[in-house]
Amino acid sequence: MKPQSMGQAVLIGLALIYLASLYFMSSPVWMGFTINALIVAVVALAWNITGGFGGMASFGHAAMYGTGAYASAILQVQYGINPWIAFGAGIVAGAAMGAFIGALAFRYGLKGSYFALVTLAFAEVLRICASSFAITGGGSGLQLRLEPGLSTLQFNDRSVVYTILLVIVALVMALTAWLKYSRFGAYLIAVRENEDAARALGIDTYRIKVKAMAISGAFAGLAGVLYLQVWLFIDSAVVYGSAISIEALIGPIIGGAGTVWGPLIGTLGLHLLGEGAKHLLHNAPGLNFVLYAVVLICALRFLPQGLMGLAARIGTFRKKEDDNA
Amino acid sequence: MLEVRNLSKSFGGLKAVSDASLDVPEGGIVGLLGPNGAGKTTCFTMIAGFTRPNEGTVRFMGQDVTGLPPHRICALGMIRTFQIVQPFAGLTVQENIAVGAYLHHHDRTEAMAVARQVGKRLGMGAMLDRPASSLTIAGRKRLELARALATGAKLLLLDEVMAGLIPSEVSEIVGIIRQIRDEGHTFLMIEHVMQAVMSLAETAYVLNHGKMIAHGTPKELVQDPAVVEAYLGHGAAARLQEGHHA
Repeated sequence: MKPQSMGQAVLIGLALIYLASLYFMSSPVWMGFTINALIVAVVALAWNITGGFGGMASFGHAAMYGTGAYASAILQVQYGINPWIAFGAGIVAGAAMGAFIGALAFRYGLKGSYFALVTLAFAEVLRICASSFAITGGGSGLQLRLEPGLSTLQFNDRSVVYTILLVIVALVMALTAWLKYSRFGAYLIAVRENEDAARALGIDTYRIKVKAMAISGAFAGLAGVLYLQVWLFIDSAVVYGSAISIEALIGPIIGGAGTVWGPLIGTLGLHLLGEGAKHLLHNAPGLNFVLYAVVLICALRFLPQGLMGLAARIGTFRKKEDDNA
Repeated sequence: MLEVRNLSKSFGGLKAVSDASLDVPEGGIVGLLGPNGAGKTTCFTMIAGFTRPNEGTVRFMGQDVTGLPPHRICALGMIRTFQIVQPFAGLTVQENIAVGAYLHHHDRTEAMAVARQVGKRLGMGAMLDRPASSLTIAGRKRLELARALATGAKLLLLDEVMAGLIPSEVSEIVGIIRQIRDEGHTFLMIEHVMQAVMSLAETAYVLNHGKMIAHGTPKELVQDPAVVEAYLGHGAAARLQEGHHA
């Protein structure tokens, strides 16, 4: 988690200063905006596990995000289950959905764009299902009853919500850092770099990949539940729509896939950019996605390792031999 | 240590390997030779579990391992390397070796310590912190060996570790392989570089068109007419003989 260069330290510092400044700005608009960005950052961190470390670029993280949100909402609205238990159930449901998609896709050896397409298909199928059945509230979605309190996990005070989200993002990042430097992380990176070599070295690559999907699914499910608890309303387009799948992958790619800080920095940067453009161009709807596309193309062309990779080359702390890695 | 019996594999109508048998005694260095396309690598992939043979059995240390997945076979102590070396580019040399060491050492500190030790044994001490992508071909071949050794494997299947090396690098690797053998490991190696085979292998098998055509010491093999013909074409042995007599 430690920065490796002056550039990375500055980048991380800027993100932290922005996040801390919200406590002093007392602007509900910026607070709401950043709360949204932090929820997206959790999905981005989820995508980073499979897409960043494992090299399995999913185009359908909405499948796990939405499943987490719907599982929690159904339990609370339809069955009156305690929100804390529903919260946990949402995470488990996200993990289960991730493991299920992974088990199916990897059983048939899907990779690269084929894997991306299958995940997208899963998210779309789930979106259509969620808008068709009564238990998911059909086209009108599900609404939690407004009942602020610790027992219902609903908070009126936006700065409390914000603080909780900051803590959760920090926890997910700490888990990511721990995973990165564990045996599982090393195996996941080995699978990304060369699956055959990994198999030869005694790695059960199928199991590693499904496990990665389950962990990623748990994080995405967590993000879905957070969205539900913050905004108290979900419908199929919001939580299963492809917008969230795109945001899940674009943040890590811009920020630096396979790094601990990249997904958060990329997501914050993109959201600020999108918001700025909206103000400049008078709220033209969908314009932020046009902008994201331009940034994504530029990042893929000029920043293969994202902002963290770029920053790593500025003022390196450790003296290294001249190599072009 | 390794007994391969009547191994066969066809791809469509093509018989890549048919009825191949070989034995590798514990502590030995056994060569597997043959011209291009003879089926050597296919043989390796079947022994190491990457492809399932149509017929035949592979027994490792008395246990039938035919058709087991590679990771299970590796856990038992048999590992293959690849002809085209592929380091994990995003990792350092030490982290690369540690991926092998993680097989039996689940803790990072332990795995990294094993990796450091194995790396030093193979003369890679100075390169441990370098990104694996910065290694030369010779360095990558060493890394491939180091990774395999770090898994704690007893039997190493080497697929052309000498290919693409200059003679001085070949003699270095030959020295390293001897040293590893003396530490108690066994080798089965596919090799084209005859200098290496002649100086390393105690016995060797020759494959041609998927069939085992000869078995013996390297000295015997180079004089075997069937082997000479496999490499130089039909009638070559007779012509060479004439040349000698003239």
